[in-house]
Amino acid sequence: MIRIECPVCGQRPETEFTYGGDATVRRPEMTNEDPQAWIEYVFMRGNPRGWHREYWHHVQGCRQWIVLERNTLSHEIGQAELARDAARAWSRTSEAAE
Amino acid sequence: MKRLASGGRIERSEKLSVSFDGRRLPAVRGDTLASAMLAGGLGTVARSFKYHRPRGIYSAGVEEPGALVHLRDGDRHEPNVRATTTEAFDGLTSGSQNAWPSLRFDLGAVSGLASPVLGAGFYYKTFIGPFRQTTRFWKWCEHFIRKAAGMGRGTYRSDPDAYEKRHRTVDVLVIGGGAAGLSAALAAGRSGAQVLLVEQDFALGGALLSEPVGHAGDAWLDESAAELQGMENVRILTRTTAFGAYDGKTFGLIERVSDHVKAPEAGAVRQRYWQVHAHRTVLAAGAIERPMVFGGNDKPGVMLASAARSYLNRFAVLAGDRVIVATNNDSAYVAAAELAGAGAEVTLVDMRERIGPELDELINGAGVKLLLGHGVLEAKGWGRVRHACIVPVDAAGRAIGQKTIVPADLIAVSGGWTPAIHLWSQIFGKPVYDAGGACFVPDAKPEQHIQTAGTAMAAASMADVIEQGFARGSEAASATGAKGDCGPAPVGLDSGRFWQSDFRKTWAVFNLQGKTEGTAFVDMQHDVKLSDIDQAEREGYVSVEHLKRYTTQGMATDQGKLSNLNALSRMAELRGVQVPDVGTTTFRPPFTPTTIGALVGHEHGRHFRPTRRSPIHDWHVEHGAEMTESGAWLRPWYYPEAGESLEAAYVREASHVRAHVGIVDVSTLGKIAVQGPDAAEFLNRVYVNGWKTLAVGRLRYGVMLREDGFVLDDGVTARLAAHDYFMSTTTANAAKVLAMAELMLQTAWADLRVHVTSVTDQWGAIAVAGPNARALLSQVAGADLSREALPNNHFTRAQLAGVPVRIHRMSYSGELAYEIYVPSRQARQVWEALIAAGPEVNLRPYGTEAMGALRIEKGHVAGPELDGRTTLKDLGFEGLASSKKPFVGSVLRKRDVLEDPDRPVLVGLEIEGMSGAKAGALLFPAAGRTEGHGDGWVSSSTYSPALDRHIAMGLLKNGASRRGETVRVVDFVGNEVLTARVVANHFFDPEGERQNG
Repeated sequence: MIRIECPVCGQRPETEFTYGGDATVRRPEMTNEDPQAWIEYVFMRGNPRGWHREYWHHVQGCRQWIVLERNTLSHEIGQAELARDAARAWSRTSEAAE
Repeated sequence: MKRLASGGRIERSEKLSVSFDGRRLPAVRGDTLASAMLAGGLGTVARSFKYHRPRGIYSAGVEEPGALVHLRDGDRHEPNVRATTTEAFDGLTSGSQNAWPSLRFDLGAVSGLASPVLGAGFYYKTFIGPFRQTTRFWKWCEHFIRKAAGMGRGTYRSDPDAYEKRHRTVDVLVIGGGAAGLSAALAAGRSGAQVLLVEQDFALGGALLSEPVGHAGDAWLDESAAELQGMENVRILTRTTAFGAYDGKTFGLIERVSDHVKAPEAGAVRQRYWQVHAHRTVLAAGAIERPMVFGGNDKPGVMLASAARSYLNRFAVLAGDRVIVATNNDSAYVAAAELAGAGAEVTLVDMRERIGPELDELINGAGVKLLLGHGVLEAKGWGRVRHACIVPVDAAGRAIGQKTIVPADLIAVSGGWTPAIHLWSQIFGKPVYDAGGACFVPDAKPEQHIQTAGTAMAAASMADVIEQGFARGSEAASATGAKGDCGPAPVGLDSGRFWQSDFRKTWAVFNLQGKTEGTAFVDMQHDVKLSDIDQAEREGYVSVEHLKRYTTQGMATDQGKLSNLNALSRMAELRGVQVPDVGTTTFRPPFTPTTIGALVGHEHGRHFRPTRRSPIHDWHVEHGAEMTESGAWLRPWYYPEAGESLEAAYVREASHVRAHVGIVDVSTLGKIAVQGPDAAEFLNRVYVNGWKTLAVGRLRYGVMLREDGFVLDDGVTARLAAHDYFMSTTTANAAKVLAMAELMLQTAWADLRVHVTSVTDQWGAIAVAGPNARALLSQVAGADLSREALPNNHFTRAQLAGVPVRIHRMSYSGELAYEIYVPSRQARQVWEALIAAGPEVNLRPYGTEAMGALRIEKGHVAGPELDGRTTLKDLGFEGLASSKKPFVGSVLRKRDVLEDPDRPVLVGLEIEGMSGAKAGALLFPAAGRTEGHGDGWVSSSTYSPALDRHIAMGLLKNGASRRGETVRVVDFVGNEVLTARVVANHFFDPEGERQNG
């Protein structure tokens, strides 16, 4: 049983969470009408060996979505942050890039 | 074999009634089943897995390969139990297994005569290879093979016992209550850490219990145990096996609470499954002695030297009178001396040419005959050991002289020791090879949360064991922040450096031709011979994983505890490589077989998952409703009147709604409060239709898609206030919709100022449907519910039975209908008020079956149509989608494959004849062969009281252009073919006059 450090609730067993998939894909803007962009977002996934960022949902707790670092090779658990913070950081970087 | 008059750690005065195959055994308190069997003179106690060879008691612990028996009878019957770890109790009944007609005379043993040809790969080569074109011959043979091979039989009766699960977080978990574990627990306990000490035996002490009574270890053990028992921060669990180490520093433990009594006491559980989260763990699981390989080494009467010692010192049973001790290391010398001291005639056969002076002294003093440079080539005797065949051997174990045959009834073997590193390896993987001891030990690193101590770490002497245990315990405690003073390490216990010292890495004995004499086993539980390993090597199965699967070595219930290293070593020898180059097998939980009941705990039957009940649940039950499961919910299915069947009841209920008025509990609908200034924008994004124009006080039906463009869910949302919406979802998809909304609002749409909150449990919901609905509600609520005051798709607030409620005017049944939303606590009160006012308008409750019939008559989609494979277009919702705004799935729903005109679309089906279609039946054209998946399928089916015929909805290729066509409805499961006419899916009142009235 892995244990996840929920940024809101503290360390909790994995049974309180559900897995939500790859957190490295970014949803296209609502106004994006390019099917390829949506196909990339919905269907295309890497299968990394080693550290990976994943969404986990604390459904039996604070109901926050969390971005968790997990090692797909060793099953080690790394840092966890609120998905909302990760999204914010993301938009700041992309704004900076523009 | 006999019980000694004195000695041992048993209570001779407390006699226990213990039987095996109906024979009474002389068991006393403190015995195991195995020690009682030996005390009773039993030789053969089991038949082997493949060759049905007689097997006796080989060990005194978890590694037992042979003595598998069944315990108890009736519904507590338990097969494949190791006699060596079964604590004797009063009323214990046990029996042999895998033998017919009897244990002594087992017909299956004829397969043993054929053992030269029944080697590794026999079944494949014989039955599958030559017949690979047809599996029929193999299937025919398989039946008999499975019958012949095998273990005990389980019971088909359900388990009468209760089990429970517990969770615990501790600072330090100590696995093993021997000298190392006790030392570790003492150090950690004195530091002030929260300590859990687990021991699989019923007594603490581990190997100390196999020392003679009066040994210095006794006092040490008593003092240590007493000190630990006095510490409030230390908890000791005996009869508890740590069977698995898992991610997140979690360990699985099974505590056998009631296995040492005939049946659990009233209210007590049989076993308790502990999930322990331990910050640091000290693994002190000890070591397992390794067998020697020679002809007939599996016969009853061959036993590990350490086991012979345990039976002598702990259980006061002398396992043989004429004993051969066969060894390649120092540790068996003490056993030999003690057996001789107890009156046996002992010959010690050591493959080494030289030994140290202190061993010589020990042996001479005890009167043991010593043969250096010799090995046991074969154990002889029909049914059990009667002679041993001894030869002088060279350094490789090969005979270099003539054999002598000596009488013997016990051959005690010691081929070295194997540390029990299973739990470490389950987490940290590959161990390292300790060439000195020819064994694998943990690749210990300071950062690992499991540290190993004692003989599990190949500690050579008792002083080392204690020192290691104490050091690891102290380190573990300080790693968790415990600051107390550990005090000095315990001293004063040393039995010399006998363990694993001066070790000859040869454990098989061969004749002059370089072959084992007779049948020599490596894996005794799975009947894998040394020659099978040789054969695997010849045939190219040289890697450890291939070797294992080809020969099945290590795949029995003992998981190769005794055999893995001997098999690996043999392969290394044959290939001319080092043991680590062959590899090591992967250790996986469980360490010992684990009762599934304990893992399940109470989570079975009705408690498999939580049951959700509507706030009106009790009323339904009190009024005779038949309940049905709908996901986790229990819902009223129908309300039978005087012996009515389901079919009669739902037809009556549905007809009643169309004629008068009915009420149905719809509290299970998912309800989500959507609140905030951007709530309308949020709805606009999740639903395909537009929401910006919805006025306060109004309702709107909406459909939402998944990101990939398929339909996710549908439901009605009410605008309660400017920034306050009340969304409803289907019962089944409530959790999914909420999770999706939360993901969006926390990531991609984090800029939207919206909160979503599940309010499913906070609101009860009651649908009132039928021509008399308005009359009923007007009377009870005292509100103006006229068509003008409350048109369709509007809601109003009212008082009903003194309870503030919301009345939504909307229809699922197609009748004039309302949904009443009421705080859960008052839901039953409101329901009963409606029922009380019912007689005047002829009100009846109806269940989910009638509700389903009504919705199919109206052609509404539900779960069977929203199955995750249908698009807006498939369901005829294309017109609902707004083209003015993007929404979830708006781009991908237009993918070419989803726009394919050949996709099955929603149609209605009028079934001809008197029987209904089965949901899932396939649709085929009126003529032609019925093969493959057809043109579509039936999704929902019912008898329609309004139309007085069977109707169905389904998805049919080109359905829109096939109206009027006759199709065949084929149920391949029930082998039934019906014909049906394709129609629009709105069967009843397509104009909606009734619901808008």
